[in-house]
Amino acid sequence: MDQEKHTHNGYYYSLTRNMLLVIILVAVTPMIVVSSIILYQFDISYHEKVHAHLQEVILKHKNDIDSFLKQKLGDIRLLAKTFTYEELRNESFLQDRLELLQQIYGPVFVDLGVINDRGLQVTYAGPFKLGKALYSNANWFKRAMESQYFKSDVFLGLRGLPHFIIAVKENVNGDSWILRATIDFVAFNNLVENIRIGETGFAFILNRKGEFQTKPLFDLIPAKVPYNDCFKDCNVCKEGVCIMEKDDEAGNRFIYVSALLKHGEWLLVYQQKASDAFSDLRGTIRVTIAIVLLAGISIVVIAFILSRKMVSRVAEADREKEMITEQVVETGKLASVGELAAGIAHEINNPVAIMVEEAGWIEDLLEEEEFKEGENLGEFKRALGQIRSQGRRCKEITHKLLSFARKTDSRTQDVQLNELIEELVALSSQRAKYSNVEIHSNLQENLPTLHVSQTELQQVLLNLMNNALDAMEKTGGKLNVSSELEGEFIVVEVADDGPGIPEANIARIFDPFFTTKPVGKGTGLGLSICYGIVKKMGGDIEVRSTIDAGTIFRVKIPIPSDQQTAV
Amino acid sequence: MSDRGERQKEKIRLLLVDDEIGFTDILAKRLGKRGMTVTPVYTGTKAIQVIRKQDFDVAVLDLKMEDMDGIEVLKIFKKAYPEMAVIMLTGHGSEQAARDGIAHGAVDYLTKPCELEDLVKKIREAAR
Repeated sequence: MDQEKHTHNGYYYSLTRNMLLVIILVAVTPMIVVSSIILYQFDISYHEKVHAHLQEVILKHKNDIDSFLKQKLGDIRLLAKTFTYEELRNESFLQDRLELLQQIYGPVFVDLGVINDRGLQVTYAGPFKLGKALYSNANWFKRAMESQYFKSDVFLGLRGLPHFIIAVKENVNGDSWILRATIDFVAFNNLVENIRIGETGFAFILNRKGEFQTKPLFDLIPAKVPYNDCFKDCNVCKEGVCIMEKDDEAGNRFIYVSALLKHGEWLLVYQQKASDAFSDLRGTIRVTIAIVLLAGISIVVIAFILSRKMVSRVAEADREKEMITEQVVETGKLASVGELAAGIAHEINNPVAIMVEEAGWIEDLLEEEEFKEGENLGEFKRALGQIRSQGRRCKEITHKLLSFARKTDSRTQDVQLNELIEELVALSSQRAKYSNVEIHSNLQENLPTLHVSQTELQQVLLNLMNNALDAMEKTGGKLNVSSELEGEFIVVEVADDGPGIPEANIARIFDPFFTTKPVGKGTGLGLSICYGIVKKMGGDIEVRSTIDAGTIFRVKIPIPSDQQTAV
Repeated sequence: MSDRGERQKEKIRLLLVDDEIGFTDILAKRLGKRGMTVTPVYTGTKAIQVIRKQDFDVAVLDLKMEDMDGIEVLKIFKKAYPEMAVIMLTGHGSEQAARDGIAHGAVDYLTKPCELEDLVKKIREAAR
């Protein structure tokens, strides 16, 4: 039995587990697939969006810087074209021009100088004492002499401060001269330094040698910047801005956006940590993962509850099925026992009838004259009487057997309730004695005759008395059966002083298959059948119970209308 | 005493049909002793043959016989010899079948084994 129970539990456990797995698999798989696809698509489009934004920002700044340089060059060219060499050689005139430019642009132009073809600065206007300085060996001078105008890289020069130069070459009487302007490094640097996005995004400018042309916001070793790749890329990039992502030595991923300036001599580089640029994306991913996890947990919880519930339903259905099967088997057994008993009873009936009749025949013969004088006549008659009465006893036994064996006889007949109760009390007395139960009957005399099925009423009362005896089986006690007239009903009360019925069970006590008896002992059908029978009679059955005090069943049976007047 | 003598003059002619031979014989003897002319037969077929040759006042007919069902025999009796009163004899528990017999024209029924005096009373009532 334990083994069987264990197997059963194992079966339901594996059923629960399989159901749980299936529900989780069916629910979670599509969720994970769909959210992964959405997340992947979102990641791609977010990257594209961030890249596009950065490209746009850098393109705008590249154009700004280019136009800044062009404008300053244009100003100097205008100055050189508008005024003659002689005019510009005048130091105070040149100073006026410088002041005018500074008025317009602020301190962008640091100084102006006119240099002859031998590299001698003939005139100088500015804060440094650079009059008569000789630039014949300076790199920028050589380059400036080679073309119409020239923009230098940033260098320290004679003044020892970072700056760069815009130079314009003009001719006078076949000799070349140069008008030179120094652009303030700070002013130029601000143009680039203002490009700031996020916490780690900043920009700087490099020349082809990899030297900084602006001061980077953070300490940066130029070699670390893959500017060569940038230079290469930018030559092929459309719109002059190219973007790439690279890991540094520490494994941090960086985004580089670069654009060529100054006809490809300088490179504007914007650099930002990928984690910083995509921080919103990472936040979204975190939220999505949290939602998916939460949904996953809910699915697991729901699946757990659902599978437990379903399996308990299945188990309940199985139990009911088992019980019904047991019931059917039990009924089948009873039916075959009944048939057997009926067969035996029938077989015995006939010989007994013959024996009784033969005894009767002898009695008949003894009445004749020739036997009347016999000295043992009295003894013969006594013996024959005994045969007849024992024969009748046999007949009663077989009748009882047949009564139990045949199906419930639902035909109504006149029933004397008190007689029926007395019979049942007598029937139960043996069992009551074993259980140490005293049966008392308190019957009202002269009750009207009932018109019901005797066997059914017998079944109801016997069932109630048996239940009461069952309840007191271990403890012993008193069983009171009473009958009394109550209006149009006769009320039979079956009261025990057993342990009582718990409140929770009272409501279900008449439900089919409800039983508190151990498996195999009770079918849970007895009281439900009683209920059905009493209701069919037009009566009622009710129960009152107090824990540890006892239970009282009241059966109300209607009196037939013709008897009511007699009462 | 005169009453009894009157009855003896017009003896009730009784046909007793039951396949339990021992029972039928002893019952025939006892009823004979009570002033009836009893013809015991042990099968339904035999009973049908007998009523064609002989007249009876009353027939006592067992409901369950091996060769024929009592109700079937009853139907033939009532068709061939409607004046003859028929009392059905039944085993315990088949009262319903006995009542069916009444529906088919039997005058009464008795549950077997029965008290002889009850049977005699019913036969006399049926013969009137």
